[in-house]
Amino acid sequence: MAEAFDLADLHRWDDRIRERVAAFGLDCFPQEFEVCDHHQMLGYMAYSGMPSHYPHWSYGKSYEKLKTLYDYGVTGLPYEMVINSNPSIAYLMRDNSLLLQILTIAHVYGHNDFFKNNATFRGTRPEYVLATFKAQARRIRSYVEDPSIGVDEVESVLDAAHALAFQCRRNLAVRPATSAAGDDGAYRVPAAPDEDLLLFLRDHNPALSDWQRDLLSIVHETTQYFIPQIETKIMNEGWATFWHKRILDSIDLPDGLRLEFLVRHNQVVRPTPGSLNPYHLGLRIWERIAGVDGADQPVDPKVFAVREADRDTAFVRRHLDEELVRELNLFEFVERGDQIVVTRVADRDGWKQVRETLLRSIGTSSMPVIRVIDADYLGRRSLYLRHEHDGRDLSLEAAEKTLAYVYRLWQRDVVLETELRGKRRLLAFGSSGFADRALDTTTS
Amino acid sequence: MSAPKSSFRPFRPSGAERSDRAAGDRTRHRQKVRESIRDNIADIVAEESIIGQDRDRVIKVPIRGIREYKFVYGDNTPNVGEGDEEVAEGQVIGRKPGTGQRPGKAGDQPGVDYYETDVTLDELVEIMFEDLQLPDLERKKLREVDAERQSKRKGYRSRGVRVHLDKRETVRAKLRRQLAAARGGGTGPADEDPERFTFHDSDLTFRHRVPETRPESNAAVICIMDTSGSMDTMKKYLARSFFFLLYQFIHTKYRRVEVAFVAHHTTAREVTEEEFFHKGEAGGTLISSGYQRALEIIEARYHPSLWNVYAFHCSDGDNFDSDNPAALRLAQELAATCNLFGYGEIKPLGTRHYESSMLGMFRRLEADNFQTVLIESREDVWPSFRALLAKDRAVK
Repeated sequence: MAEAFDLADLHRWDDRIRERVAAFGLDCFPQEFEVCDHHQMLGYMAYSGMPSHYPHWSYGKSYEKLKTLYDYGVTGLPYEMVINSNPSIAYLMRDNSLLLQILTIAHVYGHNDFFKNNATFRGTRPEYVLATFKAQARRIRSYVEDPSIGVDEVESVLDAAHALAFQCRRNLAVRPATSAAGDDGAYRVPAAPDEDLLLFLRDHNPALSDWQRDLLSIVHETTQYFIPQIETKIMNEGWATFWHKRILDSIDLPDGLRLEFLVRHNQVVRPTPGSLNPYHLGLRIWERIAGVDGADQPVDPKVFAVREADRDTAFVRRHLDEELVRELNLFEFVERGDQIVVTRVADRDGWKQVRETLLRSIGTSSMPVIRVIDADYLGRRSLYLRHEHDGRDLSLEAAEKTLAYVYRLWQRDVVLETELRGKRRLLAFGSSGFADRALDTTTS
Repeated sequence: MSAPKSSFRPFRPSGAERSDRAAGDRTRHRQKVRESIRDNIADIVAEESIIGQDRDRVIKVPIRGIREYKFVYGDNTPNVGEGDEEVAEGQVIGRKPGTGQRPGKAGDQPGVDYYETDVTLDELVEIMFEDLQLPDLERKKLREVDAERQSKRKGYRSRGVRVHLDKRETVRAKLRRQLAAARGGGTGPADEDPERFTFHDSDLTFRHRVPETRPESNAAVICIMDTSGSMDTMKKYLARSFFFLLYQFIHTKYRRVEVAFVAHHTTAREVTEEEFFHKGEAGGTLISSGYQRALEIIEARYHPSLWNVYAFHCSDGDNFDSDNPAALRLAQELAATCNLFGYGEIKPLGTRHYESSMLGMFRRLEADNFQTVLIESREDVWPSFRALLAKDRAVK
């Protein structure tokens, strides 16, 4: 790249950035930066940034994919990759220019502050994240190496567990019901519809061995770590972008760097036509809350309260107003055949619906909610699941394949109640394979 | 309050090499891709037009079973996008790319029931034939074959080219000299600094290599194909698919195998590989002519006392009745001459009942090493190919 730099440069710029971070009132965990090359970066990306992670072929697959895209120049590598841990870890790619390093450092402090202060991340136990992942990796390796288990058995459980990992409680602040006695006083399992599918399978299938239960716990825990990030993507990226802009605007960049910054910053927040750029959407909403549209105006301290309390859904619902929806030219689209067709635009009648659609397509809202209703359906220990249909149909093919995974872990027949094209259906998977039949409403 | 000072860990190149952490998972993934290809090979052979293709050609192969499924919403789920200009309701803003990325989502989305990977024909062939062998390769009189570009180690020399320098042996030679010098009370060559004991030309030790020759069995494969008028396009296609597999298999497994191609209608002639796979002919059918020619070739070039001979014949079995006794007799002779003689009858579905067949005729042929297979559709090509090569091993 244009100018050479060394660690001393990074330290010098970091000092200036941290001074601004403190002045702006951001409150961060200690931060560690690691300089890496693009091979290491690809490796970190494939394993969600974790320095240690349990092995599974799917990570090899994602590495190959990332590498192919990178090698052919389809995508670049991200400037920043931050781990939500205490101390927080971030990676700097050594081939990047000095400006990109400065930009990344500033951006990382934004994320760091967010991780530390946002309510969604309470309970992620950032002090133990790295150790937890490491311990999980060690346990899974020991199962792989155990001659009585082996890689095929471990993969068989992990494949199934990965498929079901996101069938869990999305809002960790809401506690599940614990009483086993139902309204009629009869004992039933589960007491109330249960969203934590992996944990349910772990706790209620007596045929699983300990190591299989452990694998389910591990996959569940790993998912729990990522859910807060998924639930705050727009806020988090918007927040980091909002602050890197203000930091870099206030640290007296030399002209050359300043120009490169403007170019890079605009690349980051460029709206992607026909899609949504969370950096852009988030930044615009934060600017609206802060009451600023440039760098020099004072920031409304309300932003700190919002970054502490909200998650994406609340953030978008409360702060994405009609004016902003229109300014961003948001619209709703759907795929018809192989065409992408606009179905609603942000006019006076439509903007609210556009926002509703957006709310349902961000974070875990884009994933179907499926609850365990009964573990002893028809008295045959069949597992009865219910898809909480909200107007969006499941992909039947994916449902069939995924039910096979539930069956693999439950080891008895599994049924899933859902709705397809307006009709109640019962999808079943058992020893004789997959079946799809209309649901006789009188029995339910 | 200022945040505690951040730490910067410098780049460690050695760490970068060590940290190829995805290596194991990548290997495992590739292994799964290979397994998936192998499981679907019958479909690939049936569906792909791989015949006569260049071996470097890239084919798209569907991969099943290694997709990661989740419960997801179907395709009719609305999404939100942003535009750089006003859009109107009902406006088409783009097309869904085939298997690539949809806007704003990774390409890993559901919707297609499998995804594809690119493999070269070479890789595909390798995967296909991994566990197949030519049956009963006898150790007939062995011929010394130069294994090309191969050599083996044979001791050490004090002279040689630089790349063959054996550092370990060189150091040992030097140490020997050093110990000997110490025992003798000296310190080495007089012109040297006594503190240093340096390498000397005489210490240099080079690995010596000799070209390797290894004995290899001689094998010849005779491919006989019916190119008469009754072999319509479909039948020829099936026959060629079969021979193509056979040819690729032999080439993959046996570097030194010789292959001869015989095309016959009422008369037979030896043709080149190119002609065999690409040229059509017409006319009546005298199967005996093909066998006769094959026997002549064997007699002239591949005497069975020196060669393992394999003969394979594909035909629709629509032979002139008068030729049948001669064909049977020559087939008997071929079976006696060859290690394995295979006959594949191509009978696309529905044509079986009104055309004559050689299968019934060959049933009378008594030979352990004679195999017949019936190919009725494209899906049969791969299973019958395997059957032909695997059966004989079962007998053994």
